[in-house]
Amino acid sequence: MTEIVNTTGVQQTAVDIGERPLLEIKGLQVGFNTQDGVIKAVDGIDITLYRGQSLAIVGESGSGKSTTAHAIIKLLPGTGHISGGQILLDGQDLTKTSEKEMEAIRGRKIGFVPQDPMSNLNPVWSIGFQVEEAIKANGIASGRKEVKKRAIEVLKQAGLQDADRRLKQFPHQFSGGMRQRVLIGMGLAADPQLLIADEPTSALDVTVQRVILDHLESLTRELGTTLLFITHDLGLAAERAEQLVVMYKGKVVESGPSAQILKDPQHPYTQRLVAAAPSLASRRIQATGSIAAAESGMKADASHVAGEEIDLIATAEARAEAVEAAASAPPAIVVEDLTKVFKIRGSGEFTAVDNVSFQIPKGTTMALVGESGSGKSTVAKMLLKLEDATSGKIVVGGKDLASTTGKELFQLRSRMQPVFQDPYGSLNPLRNIGNTISEPLSTHKYGTKATRRQRVHELLDQVSLPRTLISRYPNELSGGQRQRVAIARALALKPEIVVLDEAVSALDVLVQAQILRLLADLQSELGLTYLFITHDLAVVRVIADHVSVMQRGKIVEKATTDEVFDNPREQYTRDLLAAIPGAGIELGA
Amino acid sequence: MPSNITRPDQQHYVAPIEETPVVAIDAVKTEGKPSNLWIDAWNDVRKRPMFWISSALIVLVVVVALFPGLFTQVPPNNDCQLANSNGGPTDGHPLGFTKQGCDIYSRIIHGTATSLSVGIIVTTLVFVLGIVFGSFAGFYGGWLDSVLSRLGDIFFSIPYILAAVVIMSVFSQYANVWVISLAIGIFAWPATARVLRAEILRVKNSDFVMASTALGVSRFRILLRHVLPNSIAPVIVITTISLAAAIVAEATLSFLGVGLPSNIMSWGNDISAAQSDLRTAPQVLILPSIALSVTVLSFILLGEVIRDALDPKARAQR
Repeated sequence: MTEIVNTTGVQQTAVDIGERPLLEIKGLQVGFNTQDGVIKAVDGIDITLYRGQSLAIVGESGSGKSTTAHAIIKLLPGTGHISGGQILLDGQDLTKTSEKEMEAIRGRKIGFVPQDPMSNLNPVWSIGFQVEEAIKANGIASGRKEVKKRAIEVLKQAGLQDADRRLKQFPHQFSGGMRQRVLIGMGLAADPQLLIADEPTSALDVTVQRVILDHLESLTRELGTTLLFITHDLGLAAERAEQLVVMYKGKVVESGPSAQILKDPQHPYTQRLVAAAPSLASRRIQATGSIAAAESGMKADASHVAGEEIDLIATAEARAEAVEAAASAPPAIVVEDLTKVFKIRGSGEFTAVDNVSFQIPKGTTMALVGESGSGKSTVAKMLLKLEDATSGKIVVGGKDLASTTGKELFQLRSRMQPVFQDPYGSLNPLRNIGNTISEPLSTHKYGTKATRRQRVHELLDQVSLPRTLISRYPNELSGGQRQRVAIARALALKPEIVVLDEAVSALDVLVQAQILRLLADLQSELGLTYLFITHDLAVVRVIADHVSVMQRGKIVEKATTDEVFDNPREQYTRDLLAAIPGAGIELGA
Repeated sequence: MPSNITRPDQQHYVAPIEETPVVAIDAVKTEGKPSNLWIDAWNDVRKRPMFWISSALIVLVVVVALFPGLFTQVPPNNDCQLANSNGGPTDGHPLGFTKQGCDIYSRIIHGTATSLSVGIIVTTLVFVLGIVFGSFAGFYGGWLDSVLSRLGDIFFSIPYILAAVVIMSVFSQYANVWVISLAIGIFAWPATARVLRAEILRVKNSDFVMASTALGVSRFRILLRHVLPNSIAPVIVITTISLAAAIVAEATLSFLGVGLPSNIMSWGNDISAAQSDLRTAPQVLILPSIALSVTVLSFILLGEVIRDALDPKARAQR
């Protein structure tokens, strides 16, 4: 406790500490045994949490935030073990408890809501069985009738209608949001003092995410449960928790009241996060009315030290300047009445894309926004001719895609390239980076072997990767670096159009900000036209000129980005906008 | 109880920057040698003694099969004297004699080539048929998949050893190494094809396949360049093990009397000939059986080592 820097200048000892914290983590260390020795995933962290508070741990993947959560309930994966420090729950040191004692604590004193609602319910047992199992395990009720009664209560509390009937249903009959409700219900079933929620909504659609978090908040307030939650989204954390702990490389770099940290981030890492969080950037632009104003606001405070390449508002500003000239350009892509109908075995037809029309002016970015199942990725696939349209027209560079075949199609493909979402799936793991980037060149018989190599070097420079990567394989690269390679491959043939299908969604915020900046720079440098497909409206605010919002296969709203954000016409768009976390946060501009 | 009060020990805390230096975002690591699945597997396999033991044994078996003259000067068939029937070891005949009075050591050495060739021919056949059927069915799908998969199911529904017994009894007059290999291989490929088909179905939906399609790379080229290399690992593993199974199958058929004619030297034939005197002279049966077991075992061990090396999860657990 000695290393705490007390910014208010109040002496630690001078204050009367009349109340014992519910959870006190002191110098916690967690190690994982690997072939190369012990790796410290958590390296001496302190966290204090009082009854009835809510605290969020924020960090990137690999920062140790989830490991901390798992250490508290002593469910560390693999070779993980607590190698030092204390975890005091109401004064009891959890690091010294036996497995048997821990079983009694899990569920009863500490509830846990896992990250992925899809894999955390057993698909072969009914929801009722699983809820009842949790209730019996925690000894809340005994006797079949009692247990069932309590199970219904739990589901009702979790916000499920007609819980009676729901008990008999199986996980596959529940949507992701409903499953997460069930898991939250199970976590709270035994009325624990502390509830740990590990990225409880990361796998859900944005609008569902908001509803679930609202529900979680009101439930924990009602029951007086102390909430510890883990997230990668700084905006979300600040909005939902009173206390914030920022973790980086296994250490706490900054902690304290959320509002204070967000307003006045002190540690350079926190400043980076603030500059790179799309939700915050989007709110900031919104609050100040224009990108330029937001940018000058950012410049005024300390955030600019974070570095230009991850400052999202600077990215938006740079992009907006470059695009102004292109506003009246002729369309690069024209889509008219595009429809795609899938035949489903046994149950007829499903219209994935329904009469979709839009145009993208040359050199600009259009964002196609929607939640999972809205048909946005199907549009991308039809545009790339990976999927044939059922009806409608796609015109690219004056050519109708449907009637283009053979050699013409082959040539057209070189003018339009994709970047996909999953950085781990988009590169062939058995081909080295050089071969991957030069595949478009060799396929389209571009130059000689020497000039191809020259072009690969050029492309690596463009995406800011060292040329030495040429002989390396994808598994040696991080997600962001793989995505850069995928962008280099897409740019190899100097296309006019790049289709970015959730291209930054799987990346950590800082890396995401870096890639967004790269995309903006490449656009102004090469005059690229982007179709940017995403579920995240916050990112759209930074990168797009035009927005089309899709819902169940239809475009429900289509306008410039400013119009959509300032004056949304459709309720669905308003819901999406409201789902961007950070609405209630006061920003230090 | 008011909750949103910041307690004294929860004041804004900033870690000393010297203790938590901020490094470049997403820095590229370029030290070390390039690595991918196969390079990693090789680096892993190299460290395992089991790999070297089984490889050494396999090399030995191959050398024996190619150059039996290096190991024995005694002819295996001629020079047999009934006086030596089931006799024990004597000078120049370290393992004794068979019922016909032939030298056991020499027969084992000369029988190696037969067993190994059957193993290799069957495995090649299974490998080629499995890859063709599995990759076409998995990659192209549709009606081709239905036809090829049903065909595979038909072959799969008949145990290959039973099928080989039937084929060999019908074509007994033509029996030689090629015919017996064909008889075993023709019904053994569906397992390989199935495994490959499943892998191909998994790999063909990868984004990198989609990226190549969007580039205009032809379907067949995508199969050869991207899909097959990423699906082949499990096939390599079952191939090593199927080589062992084929050697056993040949011995089984010969033992049952529907294998190779007795004038072709093979471990199976020798084991078969020795069964009548199992009580009085067990060594006549046991010695070729040991040769068979050691050969089969070394292929199975190699297969297991390769399987572990190609499965990163298994590698992490060791």
